[in-house]
Amino acid sequence: MTEIVHADAEKREKLAHMAGQIADFFKAYPDEQAAPAIADHINQFWSRRMRADFIAAFEAAPEALPPLLRAALPALRRAPAE
Amino acid sequence: MTLIKEIDFGTPIRVSDKAVTLTIDGQSVTVPAGTSVMAAAMSLGTKIPKLCATDSLEPFGSCRLCLVEIEGRHGTPASCTTPAEDGMVVRTQSENLASLRKGVMELYISDHPLDCLTCSANGDCELQDMAGAVGLREVRYGYEGENHVFAKGKEGLANENWLGKDASNPYFTYDPTKCIVCNRCVRACEEVQGTFALTITGRGFASRVAAGPTDFLGSECVSCGACVQACPTATLMENSAIQMGQPEHSKVTTCAYCGVGCSFKAEMQGDRVVRMVPYKAGAANEGHSCVKGRFAWGYATHKDRITKPMIRGKITDPWREVSWEEAIGHAASEFRRIQDHYGRESVGAITSSRCTNEEVFLIQKLVRAAFGNNNVDTCARVCHSPTGYGLKTTLGTSAGTQDFKSVAKADVILIIGANPTDGHPVFASRMKKRLRQGAKLIVADPRRIDIVRTPHVAADYHLQLKPGTNVALTNAIAHVVVTEGLIDEDYVRERCDLADFELWARFIAQEQNSPEATEQFTGVPAADLRAAARLYATGGNGAIYYGLGVTEHSQGSTMVMAMANLAMATGNIGREGVGINPLRGQNNVQGACDMGSFPHEMTGYRHVSDDATRQIFETIWGVALDDEPGLRIPNMLDEAVGGTFKALYVQGEDIAQSDPNTQHVTAGLSAMECVVVQDLFLNETAKYAHIFLPGSSFLEKDGTFTNAERRINRVRQVMAPLSGKAEWQVTADFAKALGYEMDYSHPSEIMDEIARLTPSFSGVSYEKLDALGSVQWPCNEAAPEGTPLMHVDRFVRGKGRFMITEFVPTQERTGARFPLILTTGRILSQYNVGAQTRRTANSAWHDEDVLEIHPFDAENRGVKTGDLVSLASRSGDISLRAEVSERMQPGVVYTTFHHAETGANVITTDYSDWATNCPEYKVTAVEVRRTNYYSQWQERNREEDVSLRLIAGRDAGRLPDAAE
Ligand code: SF4
Ligand code: SF4
Ligand code: SF4
Ligand code: FES
Repeated sequence: MTEIVHADAEKREKLAHMAGQIADFFKAYPDEQAAPAIADHINQFWSRRMRADFIAAFEAAPEALPPLLRAALPALRRAPAE
Repeated sequence: MTLIKEIDFGTPIRVSDKAVTLTIDGQSVTVPAGTSVMAAAMSLGTKIPKLCATDSLEPFGSCRLCLVEIEGRHGTPASCTTPAEDGMVVRTQSENLASLRKGVMELYISDHPLDCLTCSANGDCELQDMAGAVGLREVRYGYEGENHVFAKGKEGLANENWLGKDASNPYFTYDPTKCIVCNRCVRACEEVQGTFALTITGRGFASRVAAGPTDFLGSECVSCGACVQACPTATLMENSAIQMGQPEHSKVTTCAYCGVGCSFKAEMQGDRVVRMVPYKAGAANEGHSCVKGRFAWGYATHKDRITKPMIRGKITDPWREVSWEEAIGHAASEFRRIQDHYGRESVGAITSSRCTNEEVFLIQKLVRAAFGNNNVDTCARVCHSPTGYGLKTTLGTSAGTQDFKSVAKADVILIIGANPTDGHPVFASRMKKRLRQGAKLIVADPRRIDIVRTPHVAADYHLQLKPGTNVALTNAIAHVVVTEGLIDEDYVRERCDLADFELWARFIAQEQNSPEATEQFTGVPAADLRAAARLYATGGNGAIYYGLGVTEHSQGSTMVMAMANLAMATGNIGREGVGINPLRGQNNVQGACDMGSFPHEMTGYRHVSDDATRQIFETIWGVALDDEPGLRIPNMLDEAVGGTFKALYVQGEDIAQSDPNTQHVTAGLSAMECVVVQDLFLNETAKYAHIFLPGSSFLEKDGTFTNAERRINRVRQVMAPLSGKAEWQVTADFAKALGYEMDYSHPSEIMDEIARLTPSFSGVSYEKLDALGSVQWPCNEAAPEGTPLMHVDRFVRGKGRFMITEFVPTQERTGARFPLILTTGRILSQYNVGAQTRRTANSAWHDEDVLEIHPFDAENRGVKTGDLVSLASRSGDISLRAEVSERMQPGVVYTTFHHAETGANVITTDYSDWATNCPEYKVTAVEVRRTNYYSQWQERNREEDVSLRLIAGRDAGRLPDAAE
């Protein structure tokens, strides 16, 4: 059980890190371009489950994310579950 | 089948707008101005006797065998050094010429052994041919005089002119007794290879060919083989031909090592390779080669090859050899079981950049059509995925812009994070040739790589930056271009998106991007950087060549875009001599990407979410396809550790050795329930596999590879697959066992399907490849013979797009515990994970990975060359030998990852590129200290080399290649 909790925390941290790197690239752009570009990048390259895990991890507590990611969050594509 | 004999024109056929017409032996012939009389005659089919001339080299005029008579000229000029002129009337045969030539041959033969029957060149010797051609019947001088032939004179005294054989090179032998001092080898080493390892020592009769201070192996020689090809006699000869004799048939095929994609003639006796000889008509290499393609093909028949399918329940069980049916049936039932239990997305595959386009295409088809998901990725993930992303975003296509030949028109060459002399040797020879002609050179690399200073080449600027600061450096170059008014304004206005350009120009002009401000990160003196930037922007045709030192960073994709920005701003894309060119690592990494190996893209780089694209595939494949991007390799491993990804099919890759953070990779593999490995050897990844499917070498199959210049080259089968099946057949059988039909009778039919599905390939077929030799994609109705140069009048994406490329330092930081930066790379004689080259005599040059360290850092730690040192990072630690080297800068250490037992990737972290997850191999914070022990990982790995690779029924199951 603790192992799964640990794996979940690790996954969450990893996805947040990856998303943070993407945001770091686009932050040089004006905000109104950056947020959609971040969402678009994640929609294009992340698998359905990675996006779902990311949304699940941060939807309830978006404060944990940097502002640009917070702004991009609603535009992430929600695919129907398997 | 016949032995392909290429025409030797004797001297190069020149390129010229002007043509000249002359008469040779009464026949009229027209050739480009500057062509020699000899080559003009050969273009009529008239062979003028010759010895010192061959068309890969500039004429030399030393043997005097090629004399001709020219009306209105005195004497008998040498036809190799005489340019053809309009109206010339030439005679190649006359009484006088015949007797002169006989005289020349007589002199040669009087100092040459008469053992033609037992000579290794018998049947393939130009001296023999010429003696025949001139009708030499006697040698009046006798053989008793001064000579190089006999070790002892008649009186039994040692002959001081005599020299013994030099067999130090593992692949060829130098036998000075047969040398006619024609100088072809020396010139080949200079003109073709650019290494200058050979000289002629002594004068007159005493002159001999000599390699470096000692012998071939101890010299600068890189064993490219150019001298061996150029030698007209048996003096320089491949050992394989000495042992086996002359080949009787040959086929043209493509080297399976690096992304240069050299064409070779595989010269055969039956189904045994006698030698691989570079093919002059191969457009990538034009008759040149490197040690790997030329000589290191012995792995293909190495005794370690596994040729029977095998299965096992647990990875600690011994392997059990089974039939193909059982292995494939078992794989299919496991994949079905796992998908039923864990869901459709719990399985996936990795395609190989070493396999053919056709094989790769089938694997991704297997995943998308038979697995029903998009979990397919390729090892390009870990090398050039940022190239794909960066070039597509800015220019519109995921590939280099030029052909290799273009470098001959470059005026300023900018090499960033690539080591062409080691990584792409045959291309490096072209580059060095251009540099010797006077092109300028800027090298941006943390190490002083060879091309910074090599014979007759010296970089104008070596920007020795700190690893991880590429983007800061390139931004600073662009800053100079923008702020000093060096932009090619007309070009930008006409060809680029202006709104994006202005946004970018404003960003790049900021003070933070100036050379003075970035110096604190890059360590590159601002004045040098400014000068280099001016040179690139104003020195004429500027060409950028880059490699993994660009891509394998957390900002790899940013860096590719930064270079594209720079090239666009200076108008350096869209014609010969310029461009931005990735030097691709593995032989078919370009092809693997083109063939739809990425989880988000179908063939031709079309996103899986694009309905129109999917529809074309659905119609031809007859199944519904998933519109969601699948998992990339690191994501697969993460999900495996997390418990949601359970089965993986690995085609010809060794992720347990090549991918970063080995312990994370092996944790992922261990967590899977079914790992299928298809490979030539029981590699590191196979230690974690449950099913092993034997692969076939490039000699055993038909197919195509696509090289770094987008060139599609044919691979031709010269021997039957040792395992009984080519890889594409195995994939098709696997799909069938999963209930999805794949019906092909030959790889050419797979290419036909690729052409139907992919607009940029629609004009490609085996028929066309056989007719043209090769084509560069896009090859379609608009460009039926392919496309050597991209973006000629407009960019593929329409307007070129400048991207803002802010420097974001990697999170991998040095500190008190890990004060040094480790960067990784490769060397000439070994290839990637070394599975192939380690199984050849190439280990004569590199038999272990060593750690290069600057004298300052070494002294601080009491480390001397040859000491065993421990190398530790946050990920893990290993021990290896140190080599103190001035090529490094203080604070930076370097190693290669060619040897599995070193485990260099135990050290690397799982930081990766922000856009593509390409791992950050090039920057790892480490500490180095002396040690007496191998690391725990290495000790365990050594045990597992045996324990995880047992094969039931073999002597104690031990494989010959297990670590000692
Ligand atoms: S093998 Fe290549 S590098 Fe070595 S001496 Fe011959 S031409 Fe020069
Ligand atoms: S080794 Fe061969 S190529 Fe070189 S000088 Fe002697 S005969 Fe000519
Ligand atoms: S390894 Fe590369 S450079 Fe060497 S022969 Fe093969 S394709 Fe050419
Ligand atoms: S071939 Fe012309 S001088 Fe030797």
